[in-house]
Amino acid sequence: MTPLAGYLLVAALLFAIGLAGALTRRNAILVLIGIELMLNAANLNLIAFWRYGPHPEALTGMMFAIFSIAVAAAEAAVGLGLVIQIHRHAHTTDLDAMNRMKG
Amino acid sequence: MIQEAISFTPQLTATPIAGLLWLIPAVPILAAGVISLLKQPKRKTSSTLAIGSLGFSLLFSICAFLHVLTGWMHGQAVRETVNFTWIQVGTTNVDLGWVLDPLSAVMLVMVCFVGLLIFIYSTGYMAHDENFTRFFCFLALFAGAMLGVVISNSLLLLFMCWELVGLTSYLLIGFWYHKPSAAAAAKKAFLTTRVGDIFFLLGMVWLYAQTNTLLFYNQGAGSIETGALTGLLAAHAGWGLTAAGAVGLLIFAGAAGKSGQLPLHVWLPDAMEGPTPVSALIHAATMVAAGVYLIARVYPLMQAGALTGGTTTALTVVTFVGASTAVFAALIAVAQNDIKRILAYSTVSQLGYMMAGLGMGGVAVGMFHLITHAFFKALLFMGAGSVIHGCHEEQDIRHMGGLSKKMRLTFFTYAIGMLALSGFPLLFSGFWSKDGILEAAQHWSVAKAPFYMLVFGALLTAFYMTRQVSYAFFGSYRGHAEVHESPKVMTLPLAILAFFAIALGALGTPAWPWFRAFLEGHSAEYVGWHVFFEPGLPALMCTSALVVFVGLGLGWLLYGNRSPRAEEADILEQKIPLLWKLMSDRFYVDEFYGLTFIPFYGWWGRVADFFDRHVWGGLVAFTAWAFRMGAHLSRFFDHQFVNGGFDKSCEEIAAGGGLLARIQSGRVQAYLRILAVAVAILTVILIWSSRA
Repeated sequence: MTPLAGYLLVAALLFAIGLAGALTRRNAILVLIGIELMLNAANLNLIAFWRYGPHPEALTGMMFAIFSIAVAAAEAAVGLGLVIQIHRHAHTTDLDAMNRMKG
Repeated sequence: MIQEAISFTPQLTATPIAGLLWLIPAVPILAAGVISLLKQPKRKTSSTLAIGSLGFSLLFSICAFLHVLTGWMHGQAVRETVNFTWIQVGTTNVDLGWVLDPLSAVMLVMVCFVGLLIFIYSTGYMAHDENFTRFFCFLALFAGAMLGVVISNSLLLLFMCWELVGLTSYLLIGFWYHKPSAAAAAKKAFLTTRVGDIFFLLGMVWLYAQTNTLLFYNQGAGSIETGALTGLLAAHAGWGLTAAGAVGLLIFAGAAGKSGQLPLHVWLPDAMEGPTPVSALIHAATMVAAGVYLIARVYPLMQAGALTGGTTTALTVVTFVGASTAVFAALIAVAQNDIKRILAYSTVSQLGYMMAGLGMGGVAVGMFHLITHAFFKALLFMGAGSVIHGCHEEQDIRHMGGLSKKMRLTFFTYAIGMLALSGFPLLFSGFWSKDGILEAAQHWSVAKAPFYMLVFGALLTAFYMTRQVSYAFFGSYRGHAEVHESPKVMTLPLAILAFFAIALGALGTPAWPWFRAFLEGHSAEYVGWHVFFEPGLPALMCTSALVVFVGLGLGWLLYGNRSPRAEEADILEQKIPLLWKLMSDRFYVDEFYGLTFIPFYGWWGRVADFFDRHVWGGLVAFTAWAFRMGAHLSRFFDHQFVNGGFDKSCEEIAAGGGLLARIQSGRVQAYLRILAVAVAILTVILIWSSRA
């Protein structure tokens, strides 16, 4: 097994764990944490493909990862803000109770 | 006796008086229109309007007559026509117009004058009638229509006015329509004259097809002028007739219907159901005169093809129909008891004389009798009306008697009328006009039979008039009601007419045949008394005088100064019961029609009704049913297929929308789950496709 395949496996595992968390948790904050896990799995993939790709001397993969982390941070900030607002409004963070956007 | 008509220079251009001739019929018709708008109580206004309008027409007619007369005296045969195009279709014109010539001028004056006297008389006779206003409306329309007939220069315009005369006669005969007999008589008059009119219409259409015009005179292009007549004579119609003869016969059939000639005379006696002034108007001035006038008007057509002194088929038929009618109706008149009915049959008989006079002697002979007859027959009818009025609506002469003392003026005038009708020698107009006809009959080249028939008719005329007068005016009074003389407004017209019944004879004596010369357009010469002593004429005059005296004498012998009771059988009935029965039952003509034509038409009507109801009606009903079925079918299609299909697809779309809406549940994690599954499937597909 090549090192790349190992990294990719770890990333896929991480993604699966994040997805499972995001799908199964009731609590909105835990769902957000699952989504963060999936994002980091993607970052891991970026780094791995860069490090073992044809041009490891250019810092492209690292730049992508840093951008992605920055976007994730911003997204987490917005997501948490929304969760807090919803909690203030509905006194719950249960996602199943928040179904007012149904068609 | 048939002479070339125009020996004067014809004057053809229309003068202003001819241009305004249309006012003569138009004013009474307009008056009728105005009266029809008046309310029932406006009696005075309506009668004034009617009399005033006819008075205007009379004045205008006299002006026109004087105009023609002056022209004639200056050696001009006045014939002024005004023609105009009524309808134009492509190159086909239908022209109408009016004509002023001696014939129409004489007729205009007669109709207006007699009509005016009858109008005045009516104000007295109808004084107590509730529908006075309506009566005068119809009277004015009647007179106007007749005047229209007189001035027409187009067979079509004449026919229109002719039909107007027919309509108004229907309205007037049925004036007391609440009486069933009056309503039936009106219907009978209308239908019987219609039979003749069908033939008239056919003749008119034929004439138009042959000559392409219906104008009588149109400066050489009219239908009865030489050019058209030559064409008509050249065309053959079958049975040895030329087109001219055939058209002439068809037109005569129309005239026979209006003038009560033999097969179509049945309506005229029944027309007595109308008020007496109407009878006077119908019998003297307007309706029946229209038929005779028509023949006189189209005389060149009737005469076309005759050699000098010869005759044509059409004229022979006219003569024989006229002569038979004269005798036939006179026989019936002998055995009637209704004062007006006797006069009615006498009118039929005298119309026969006029027709025979036209057939044998030409326009002047027939027209002279028409004019004199109009005066004395109007006199007789109005006298009879005065008698009926005085005896409180009693019409049966057996319930009268001795009236000569109680109604002196009526009696004297009536006696004058009666003597004029009988043809009392020398003094009375009827003698001269009847003598003219007899003279023509004597010289007729075809047959002598009409002469003997007419002489026999003259005998009968004198006889039945004596019988009537003896019954009504002599002997003792056998009625119950109080008799009174009629008011002045009724007796005055009688006196005027009585004067003319005597005086008019002077216009047409053989010594000074002024009337004939005037009508035929050559100068009148005073022939002198010596004609009375030329061979032929004195014998004829003696014969006719003798016949009249025999008739009067026989009548006086049998009926004079007796006062038979109403229940008693008539003297003649006791002597010749069989013939009497035949005559008093009017030779069963009505019964004959009742057994033949009427059931035939009734049967035919039922056949047509059956066809209408079942065959054509069934066809229509079937078509309607078929269309209804078609409608049902397309409705079913609409419902089941078009509507159903559309509804179904709408339902399906709505259901699909509902299904998709369930996915949109608002649960974020459910969306995420679907997303994950979709990504997983996409991944599998990608891996699979990269592998292949």
